[in-house]
Parts: sequence; structure tokens; C-alpha cells
Amino acid sequence: MPLNSKIPKGPLESKWKDYKATCKLVNPANKRQLEIIIIGTGLAGASAAASLGELGYKVKTFCFQDSPRRAHSIAAQGGINAAKNYQNDGDSTYRLFYDTVKGGDYRAREGNVYRLAEVSANIIDQCVAQGVPFAREYGGLLSNRSFGGTQVQRTFYAAGQTGQQLLIGAYQALERQVSLGNVTQYSRHEMLEIVMVDGKARGVIVRNLVTGELERHFGHAVLLCSGGYGNVFYLSTNAMGSNVTAAWKAHKKGAFFGNPCFTQIHPTCIPVSGDHQSKLTLMSESLRNDGRIWVPKKQNDNRKANEIPEEERDYYLERRYPAFGNLVPRDVASRAAKERCDAGYGVGASKQAVYLDYASAIQRYGKIEANKKGMSNASAAEITAMGKDVVKEKYGNLFEMYEKITGENPYEIPMRIYPAVHYTMGGLWVDYELQTTIPGLYALGEANFSDHGANRLGASALMQGLADGYFVIPYTLGNYLADDIRTKSIPTDHPAFVAAEKEVQDRINRMMNIKGTESVESFHKRLGKIMWDKCGMARNEKGLKEAIVEIQALRKEFWSNVRIPGDINEFNPELDKANRVADFIELGELMCKDALNRNESCGGHFREEYQTEDGEAMRQDDLFTYVAAWEYKGESQFELHKEDLNYEIVHPTARSYK
Amino acid sequence: MEHYTMNLTLKVWKQKNHKAQGHFETYQVKDISSEMSFLEMFDVLNEQLIAEGKEPIAFDHDCREGICGACSMHINGRAHGPWHHTTTCQLHMREYKNGDTIVVEPWRANAFPVIKDLVVDRQSFDRIIQAGGYISVNTGNAVDANALPIDKHSADESFASAACIGCGACVAACPNASAMLFVSAKVSHLALLPQGEPERQTRALNMVQQMDKEGFGGCTNIGACEAECPKGISLENIARLNREYIGAVMAGGSQNAV
Repeated sequence: MPLNSKIPKGPLESKWKDYKATCKLVNPANKRQLEIIIIGTGLAGASAAASLGELGYKVKTFCFQDSPRRAHSIAAQGGINAAKNYQNDGDSTYRLFYDTVKGGDYRAREGNVYRLAEVSANIIDQCVAQGVPFAREYGGLLSNRSFGGTQVQRTFYAAGQTGQQLLIGAYQALERQVSLGNVTQYSRHEMLEIVMVDGKARGVIVRNLVTGELERHFGHAVLLCSGGYGNVFYLSTNAMGSNVTAAWKAHKKGAFFGNPCFTQIHPTCIPVSGDHQSKLTLMSESLRNDGRIWVPKKQNDNRKANEIPEEERDYYLERRYPAFGNLVPRDVASRAAKERCDAGYGVGASKQAVYLDYASAIQRYGKIEANKKGMSNASAAEITAMGKDVVKEKYGNLFEMYEKITGENPYEIPMRIYPAVHYTMGGLWVDYELQTTIPGLYALGEANFSDHGANRLGASALMQGLADGYFVIPYTLGNYLADDIRTKSIPTDHPAFVAAEKEVQDRINRMMNIKGTESVESFHKRLGKIMWDKCGMARNEKGLKEAIVEIQALRKEFWSNVRIPGDINEFNPELDKANRVADFIELGELMCKDALNRNESCGGHFREEYQTEDGEAMRQDDLFTYVAAWEYKGESQFELHKEDLNYEIVHPTARSYK
Repeated sequence: MEHYTMNLTLKVWKQKNHKAQGHFETYQVKDISSEMSFLEMFDVLNEQLIAEGKEPIAFDHDCREGICGACSMHINGRAHGPWHHTTTCQLHMREYKNGDTIVVEPWRANAFPVIKDLVVDRQSFDRIIQAGGYISVNTGNAVDANALPIDKHSADESFASAACIGCGACVAACPNASAMLFVSAKVSHLALLPQGEPERQTRALNMVQQMDKEGFGGCTNIGACEAECPKGISLENIARLNREYIGAVMAGGSQNAV
């Protein structure tokens, strides 16, 4: 099947305008007859549901959490990018587009990224209108900060809780549509199958997680806004419930999976403290604005951080990348930390950590405050105290979080950080309209593969989720549904629904009847270890081949020895988890196969065989300037389809932040 | 931090479902690390129960970084346990010592029926938001974000109210099971911004009406909600809600309420 990305013709800056001007529309009376199913209520799902509800479509939303407001978008800390150029520092739509394509290591589509940059400014306007309380300056205007991989200040934020505030904004817009009767909301429901009728997505089978009952729901179209699959690694910054199940079921029904091996490892997370660890906590990238990252110059240095004098510290990011310093993109910063730790310079008990130090920022801010207040003779203690106050205002909640977890005070002792799995650039393959290879099935936000190439820049996930939901899908979905206005709602006793439900029921029965000896959690941990060791921050051919064999064996073991307590028809979190872990195991195998196929290093995908002498990633543009879109062909069988990426405007060069 | 391990006795509320009678069950856990989070200690207990062929304890949790608002344990008589401004998932075991007994219950409120064990149904909060906790602006209607300057003080205050995570600790902590702190945080968040002005009166009236309908208790100014709120939502919000509500009633707004 040839992959058609449906990028509109014409110059880059007019593609989206032309699309909007010429796409098909659905009249209001017809919209009321069209039903849309949305899986997931994070930024992408909630914004899509609210916007489509406002347009008059009949929408149903489903989330596994107890309320849409708890979707994991809520945990995003740092901010959201927008090409507003409020700082007059040279930003523009083109600049945001360029930074994103370059940051993604030239593995994203130009047309999609340009559209994203174009609508970014509308997102900020929309959110402010909804009452999102972004940070402001004393003059009453919006404040911006810097983020990695850029040289302008274009990041809007609300302390360290930007994701929370944006999600609450979208959630409130969604609840308004619920109250108006345009949206019906189902919480504690998980999608377990896509229903296909005549080759089109026409509904879903969901499980009510409170009663365990399976339900059938019809939709003229189905939107998957179910987030990323970072939890395939067991330990990640994702929420405990974040999962790939909805996307994976769609994949097995015919939706291609794009670039599954592109995983983002975030450089600044709190290090693992022991085997009991259930998840990892991110410390916002915004901390790299003011914090300096270092390790001792001596190997295996066991002195405390404060005992190591300045001249014996190696600020390795500033040393290796003078142009961007501590603000290099995430993939670069993560690999540099791993390189230092692997070489024996790591710190802390595990030696798998580096320091993130605020001492010099505290001094710098303290001196600025002293100047502002005309204190020409301020004592060192006064300067430090004033500096701490400034840092507290900017990053207070993050520092508090660090202290709660580690019991150490980061105002006094440098924080210890280490990279952790955070985001997945890969996802369901979609065209320009966000439609998967299944007609009528769409993927939005992190669930799709589209805009970030091989590495996502900080503060761009929130931007993409909301761009897809507020500003893209309302147009592109109409273009599809305009041809569907004569399709009557299909009753859910249709054989396709019956068969899909039976498939789900059989699978659950089979799983519950294994009655083995090993817990779901244990299988998940074992999968995570294989993935982290062999398909994590650095990958090689030998390791990936081993991983594939190990994962296949793990799958067999899971299906013969998993133990799920409790019953099917009740609230049973272990069963929910088993459904998810079974899918993660299958996905893990595909990720390794994709990583094995991609004989190059780019963005978050680092193949040890492909690096320069000084350890930088080496792309192979002549061979791999394509999206790897995988088609499911049966157990452990995946067929590769390639979508060539054509760069008309930006010319891929070796990505340098030096 | 000095690292140590401990053995603990846990008394945990078990309840099969909404209709069943609940009871406390006693469990022993061994070799708990002081570096674990409270929920990681529950993970250890649940793995132990599964290995013994028993049913694990159901509890709500998701982000495990203090922001989603899912976790909801009443620990030794306190919502989210003993740490100030901290959710259950951020409470760490270094708080406890070897030999301690810990009692864990679900949120207790009529408007939060128990689903199973420590899991409660908080959809009443969603319905309160549906009653008016929003600004009516459709996608695409917005003007340039900087066309409306908002003084930093109001913006910061609004943010402080908007920081509510909707966990329900305020209700669980209140002897009357009142939801006033939750409702007032949302009313304040929006009332403090000029964008919230047009619907200010109907919002306060409708949200309060829904809160009463859900069966939450009345506020008698005890202040337990503020003391246990993991996000530091202050009682000033309740004072503001009272002013907003009275102002709306005086303005004849009750006729506008739906």
C-alpha cells in the first residue's frame, strides 16, 4: 500500500491556508447527526472533544482515569512554545518551524511542522481567553522563558505547572460541552478494540473498569488521543496508567505504526533509588535555564559536592557545546550525561547521576536584587538569601518536589539528576489530516508520530497536543465526514460489533484462566529491563537482536504463567494492568525491530555503530530520510513501508550545537 | 539521607464494592526502605498478597508526582497523611520507623461513594465544574493574548487558586464533608480574571447549587480543608466565594441561575 501523506501542494506558508479554504464542510444540521468517539482526554482529546462539541457534533469521550482532568498532560511542567515574538528577539513562524525540524534531526515532515508553528500563536490566545493563568510581568503582559534547542524566548508557562493549567483549561471547555449535552463523558473506561465495518473505523469496544462489563459504542469516526508508550520501559516519567493499548489495538487492525524506536530520554530526572522504584520523576527542563550541570574532573570521586572546588568540576555541556551550553536539546544532554557516568565520573551512591547546581544562579540573582535595591554593601549572606528568594519564585515547586523525594535541600546541595524515558516521538502513522491508514480512524497528540521527528524540543508536546485538538482536527475531520452524511448510525448489534466484543471477551477469559505464578508487575519490570538495557539511550545490532529473542520468550511466558487475582466482572486493577502489559510486550518487539532496521543515529535513536569520533550522532541521510511505517502481519510479523521525507525548504545538515 | 529499613503493621479498609459492608484488615510488611514512597510500600504489600494468592488492595493513583489528584488515602486520620502540602504519592517512608502501625482508610463522604477498598467515586466534582466552572469561549473566538493586560498580582492569585488538583482531601478532612474549598478555588480562579467577569454571578450561584445537590455538607469555618490541602489552597477562597455568592444573590442573580 503506497503511503500518501496528503501534504497540500504549493508554498510552505500557504499549504494550511489553502487547505482550510478548500476542504469540505459539513452543515450544522448534518453535524448533529454525526457521532464521534474520542479515546483519551488529555490535551489532545479534551481540546478536540470541546472543539468538536462546540461545532455541534455528537461526541463521546472515554478515559481510564476517574476524571478527564487527571490525564497525564497534567504533569507537564515547563511550558508551551508559541511563535508570538513578544520578546522582540527575532522569533517567527519560520524560526519555530526551523528549530523544530532541526531539533527533530530532520526526520519530521516540513508541511506538518510548519502548520504546527503557524497555529502555535492561536493556542496561546485561546488558552488566555479560557482563563489559563500564565505567568505575567509587572506590566500585565505575558512572560516568556528559554527552553532547550532554541536561542529565542518563546516558552509561555504557569510556574512549573503549565500542563496542569492548560489541561484544566481544556477540561473546563470539555465540561461545558458536557453540560450543554454535546459531549457524553465516560470515565474509568478503557478502549480494548476498534470496530471495523466495510474497511472503516466505526466504533469501539470499551471495558467499564468499575463493573468489568464490555460496552459497544458506534461512531462515524474514532479519534485516538491516548498518549505515548514510554511505560514500555516500566520506569518512565509517565503516569502509572499511561499505556499503548488503544494505539496497539488499532495497529493490529491495520493502522501503521510510525517510527516506534524514536523515544525521548529526558536528561533531568531524579535518579533511581532502588528496586522498589515504581516510576521516575522529571525535573523540568526549565531548570537548565539557570542550573549548571557538572561532574567531578576526577573519576570515582567520593567527596561531597560542596567539598569539590570549582577548578575540579567539569561543566561538560558548557565545555562540549559552548554555543548552547546547558541548553542543548534533550537527546544531546542525555547522551552526554550517560557518557560521563559510563566513563566513571558519575556521582551519588549509584554513580548513575550528575549534578545540577544552582549555587551560581543564586549568587547571580542575589547580586541583581542587591543592585535593584541599591544595597551597595550587601553582605554575602544577604546576597545568598535574596538569590534564594528569586530562585524560589521561579522554581520553588520543583525544588520542593525534589526535597520531598530525596530528602535533600537543593538550595544548599546540588541536585542529582539522571536521564529517564519521558516521551515517544513515534506513534500511529498519520497523514496531514491526522488520519491513520484506517479510514475514519485518527490519532492526535503524542499518540501519533507526526511532528517531532527523531527528537522533540522542550515545550513542544503541549503545543502539538493542543494544535491537533483545537485547530487541526476540526477542519480535517469535517473533510472526511462531509462524505459520510448519508451514513446512518450503525446499530451496535451489527455482526462487526458482536465479533469485536467476542474477541475482547475471549482474550480476557484466556488471560484470567492462565492462573500462573508470576504477577503482572513482575513481567512488566522484566520487559522494562530488556528495553532499557538494549533499546534505551544507546543501541547496537547485537543487543537489539538479543532483545527481540528475549521479548518473544517473555511473551510466551506471560501467556502461560501470569497470575491475575480477582474476577472479570468487578473493579480489578490487576486485570487492567495485564491487558496493558500484554500489549507493551508486543510493542517492545516492534520497537527493537525498528531500531535494528534504522542503521543510523538520529535524535533519540542512538546506534553505537553510527557515531563520530567525538561521540556525536551520525545520520545516514541517503539511506534513512524516511518515516518507517510498520504494518502488522500477524504475531511477530511486521512489514516495513517507507514514506520518503522531502526537504524543500530546510536542508538537512549535521546538527551542531557547538 | 540516612537509609534504613523497617517492619510495619498496616490496618487497611477493605470493602468489596459500593453496597458491601467494609472492615479493617491487618497486614504485616517487612524490610520497607525509608527511600520508598508510601504508594511503593503499598506496591510491595500488593505483590506480597498476589504471591500468597490473596486479593490485592485497590487504591487510586496515577501520576505519582503530586499533580493528577488521583491518590486519596486517609492515613492515621489525616487526608494524604502527615506531611504538609503533600499528596499521598509524595509521602515517603522516612516519615515512619520500625514497628509503627499505620491505619489507612478511603475518603469518607456521602458524595464520594466507595467503589472498592480505598477507591472512591469523585464524579460529583466533575458535575460541579459542569455547572459553571468555565469561561464560555468557543475555539477560534480569542483575541491576541496580550491585548488584555492583567496585573501580575491578580494573575498570581488566580494561579494560586487554579493550582487545585481536585483530589477531594478538603472534603475528606472536613467533619461536615463540605466541598467549599474545592468550589471556592474554581470560583476564585475565574473571578480574579477579567475573562471570567461576564459569567461571574451565574457561575457562583450555579456551582453552589450543584454542590448542595450532590450532598456535600455545609461550611462551618473549621479550616481543616486548608490544613490538609496538598496544594495550599487558602481559606481566603471560601471568603471570596461567600462574597461572590451574596453579591450574586443581592444582584437578583438567583433568577439567572439554572
